[in-house]
Amino acid sequence: MSVTPETVLKIARLARIGIADSEVAPLAAELSTILGWIEQLGEVDTQGVAPMTAVIPNHLAWRADVVTDGGVQAKVLANAPDATSGFFAVPKVIE
Amino acid sequence: MTATPWTVKGATGDWEIVVGLEVHAQVTANSKLFSGAATTFGAEPNSQVSLVDAAMPGMLPVLNGECVRQAVRTGLALGAHIHKWSRFDRKNYFYADLPQGYQISQLYHPIVGEGELPIETEAGEKAVIGIERIHLEQDAGKSVHDLHPTMSYVDLNRSGCALMEIVSKPDIRSPAQAGAYVAALRQLLRYVGSCDGNMDEGSMRADVNVSVRRPGAEFGTRTETKNVNSVRFIMATVEIEAKRQVEVIEAGGTIVQETRLFDPSSFTTRSMRSKEDAHDYRYFPDPDLLPVEFDDAFVADCLASLPELPLAKRARYETALGLTPYLANVLMAEKETAAYFETLLAACATAQGRPEADVARAAANWVSGDLFGALKRLGKPIEASPISPQAGAELLTLSADGTLSGPLAKQVFEAMLETGEGAAAIVEARGLKQVSDTGAIDAAIAAIFAANADKLAQYKAGKEALFGFFVGQTMKAMAGKANPAVVNDRLKAMLAG
Amino acid sequence: MMLTDLTIAGMKRGLAARDFSATELATAHLSAMEQARGLNAFIVETPEIATAQAAAADAALARGNAGPLAGIPIGIKDLFCTESVQTTAGSKILQGFIPQYESTVSGKLLGAGAVMLGKLNMDEFAMGSSNETSAYGRVISPWKARNSNRELVPGGSSGGSAAAVAARLVAGATGTDTGGSIRQPASFVGISGIKPTYGRCSRWGVVAFASSLDQAGPMARSVEDCALLLTSMCGYDARDSTSLDVPVPDFAAGLTGDLRGKTIGVPKEYRLDGMDATIAALWEQGLAWLRDAGARTVEVSLPHTRYALPAYYIIAPAEASSNLARYDGVRYGLRVTPPGGNLADMYSATRAAGFGPEVKRRIMIGTYVLSAGFYDAYYTQAQRVRTLIARDFELAFEKCDLLLTPTAPSAAFAFGDKADPLAMYLNDVFTVPSSLAGLPAMSVPAGLSPDGLPLGLQIIGRPLDEAGVLDAGLAIERAAGFTARP
Repeated sequence: MSVTPETVLKIARLARIGIADSEVAPLAAELSTILGWIEQLGEVDTQGVAPMTAVIPNHLAWRADVVTDGGVQAKVLANAPDATSGFFAVPKVIE
Repeated sequence: MTATPWTVKGATGDWEIVVGLEVHAQVTANSKLFSGAATTFGAEPNSQVSLVDAAMPGMLPVLNGECVRQAVRTGLALGAHIHKWSRFDRKNYFYADLPQGYQISQLYHPIVGEGELPIETEAGEKAVIGIERIHLEQDAGKSVHDLHPTMSYVDLNRSGCALMEIVSKPDIRSPAQAGAYVAALRQLLRYVGSCDGNMDEGSMRADVNVSVRRPGAEFGTRTETKNVNSVRFIMATVEIEAKRQVEVIEAGGTIVQETRLFDPSSFTTRSMRSKEDAHDYRYFPDPDLLPVEFDDAFVADCLASLPELPLAKRARYETALGLTPYLANVLMAEKETAAYFETLLAACATAQGRPEADVARAAANWVSGDLFGALKRLGKPIEASPISPQAGAELLTLSADGTLSGPLAKQVFEAMLETGEGAAAIVEARGLKQVSDTGAIDAAIAAIFAANADKLAQYKAGKEALFGFFVGQTMKAMAGKANPAVVNDRLKAMLAG
Repeated sequence: MMLTDLTIAGMKRGLAARDFSATELATAHLSAMEQARGLNAFIVETPEIATAQAAAADAALARGNAGPLAGIPIGIKDLFCTESVQTTAGSKILQGFIPQYESTVSGKLLGAGAVMLGKLNMDEFAMGSSNETSAYGRVISPWKARNSNRELVPGGSSGGSAAAVAARLVAGATGTDTGGSIRQPASFVGISGIKPTYGRCSRWGVVAFASSLDQAGPMARSVEDCALLLTSMCGYDARDSTSLDVPVPDFAAGLTGDLRGKTIGVPKEYRLDGMDATIAALWEQGLAWLRDAGARTVEVSLPHTRYALPAYYIIAPAEASSNLARYDGVRYGLRVTPPGGNLADMYSATRAAGFGPEVKRRIMIGTYVLSAGFYDAYYTQAQRVRTLIARDFELAFEKCDLLLTPTAPSAAFAFGDKADPLAMYLNDVFTVPSSLAGLPAMSVPAGLSPDGLPLGLQIIGRPLDEAGVLDAGLAIERAAGFTARP
């Protein structure tokens, strides 16, 4: 498995992690090694095997449709790097 | 009836269009899909947000069972296949109003599978549009861009509200069909009670997929115009986008699969900044949630909870109640009107001791005539009508048993609107009861003959046009309350005598 | 004997007998904590909270309505959100984050009367096996190898918890275990630690690493102490959809160490080529001890063992890449905006500055394996292999009640010795399979390496059989008589 610099850039963009040009080549090498090692999984015959959905048998409980939360604007905004008039403020979104 | 296929007339010939709609309908529920925060519209920013909705570290989703129930009920109303095992997946992308950095949705195993929705355009063209699937997902928050020159403001009140994404098959072939589909879907959801259908508040909006092709050819490349929020705009988007695509192709260009935006101020669509890899959503099953499972009994309960649906209701109004197609359609278009009409009908039948079919025509005419007129004047919806169905039935019963004539009934109706009093009470207090007693009518006629001996002589001499004069005089003498039919009968008899 | 040397059970007895007060206990530990700052075990110390909680515990003890852990000084791994106390998950991206809520597990411990001394250092977002990835500096093990002055890793990711318990700064600590993060550090510093069955402890309020694997558990200096803490930490929580709605036994009261009638399985695939001879011998010794306690031992096979690590290194990074998307600089934590930058620039700069290299590496791997065209080959295949691994255990448990294995392939290593990420990942070889299967597993100190460093043995049980795991742990603890200390 060989991860190209282009792939590294694409993955970093998808993950929204800025990387410096100097980081690209080392990352490509590291990811190639790790993904190459991971690829041995392909050897396993998994024909007819269902992917795991819950490690311990369990069923999904449903909540009743009642309002039990919210009304905590101060708590929601307490850690905001920038909050104005009850909103979170972020640098302008460029569409 | 089958209309001529709708086409775009291009310079090089006709183009057919292929349209599929993804309608996002907010599920009617008190709390959000995965948190206990409220869902009401128009609250203070970030006031209807739990720590789960704000995606604080370590917060976890817990499924609202009512949203599951509403999705299943909607699926059943569309005759769709219900999946008793479904699962939530994460759709990963970054946006300021998407706090988790992913939307919890259902890609691989949606809760509802294939169904269909019959539609009829305003021109009367009928079609059946296939439903591909319905899945449950979270709504995002809202970014406000116009409050600050360099900052956007984020409100998470809607973040986490439950949406049903109802995906049609690419079966729609004209703007009119697109409009009819959305209208029929909205009507159905409102009947089912799974979405309030309020497009102004964003409770329903559609992503419009459009492509063009030569008649009968393979599907062309489609574009997706996002978040169109009215029936009129959806129809416009279909038409504008189809014409734009034809122009591009005929000018030698090709259509790019892309996301576009409808601009309601200019009635154009424009490309959203091309995001070459933005569509790699990296879906995978949400490990914070287990599969959604329910049994046949749950589905049966959902089915039993469905009201009579629009098509069935319309058919029943026509066949069992004998209403004209027009009246049937008017009365079932909105579920609130139908509910009012049916309560009225039951009360009339009870009060008059007659089958509903016998009293339906009068009730339907009164609702679509007098009542609609008054509501329009007052600017009130039918559920806020100042005259309740029971009060309406009282009025209609007084007409039916001959107590009130047509003109008297209108007079009483106006008095009911003004005072809020019941019809019988108004009739009693104002002495508006119709007089059919021949003794009183005969006496009035005799007095008129006596006072108008000349006219009586002229009539008897052959001037029969004077009959109307005698009717008018009699009605006037009886202060408008005389039964017109009895007046006619008695006049004829006494003039002949 | 110093107060800080007591076990939790011993402290409970002393407090009940009024031999000392909770305040005295807290003071002794706060003083030890101050003197051991060089270990860097804590990210935040909370002496005021500890003092107030100790006073409250004393009052409750006097009134006679004290909780089961009243006055017990503990540390909380910084992955647990603690109301009004900074919680960072060892990451710069959460520097200054003050939760407005208390995690279910830490809340239950404090509700039982425990006294919180502070928030314990850890690998960033629990990604690491050496505590070298913390943004708040590495934790140093209180242990040193014989005839060496090199500083050793405490293991990870619960390295601060391990160091603090081993150095007697706290009586017990919370840890979390995704692929071995309780058991491996426990083994490295000579203490006990148990990862219960997935779903036993609520994940609500625990900063997520890999949701389908993360599980909280206690770390302490005896098996009984682990049992005492575990009883208070477990329990159904309606706020966590993966929580198990099952009764919680009193694990400490049920401890016997009696293994008569029990069968212990020895998975043959865990005998790796080139296995450290001391560890192999200790493993044999452990089996002999369990036979002495009445158990029978039998060889079993877990044929997919060798695929556990690669499956883990797909599933955990995939989940992490999504779980860590919320750290975007919008609502809390670090925000870095380049001059004139827009939202996308802010995301990239914030996450570039806020995450350390190992976290970035795993986010990148996770993003890659989930991306278009690779999802089925990697993620779906890994989840199928996970099913096979779980099935291996199920079949093995038809032949035995518990499994005994080494906890880690080596004793603690020195800083920088495993600079290659892959070499570091291989350290989890014995702990990851049971994590993938959601099984209860614990590490108990059993002996020393030739260098005089602690070595642990791992006991793995059937789902929900923490009691069986603890019993076998107690049998080893008694037989091993592990008294070495840093």
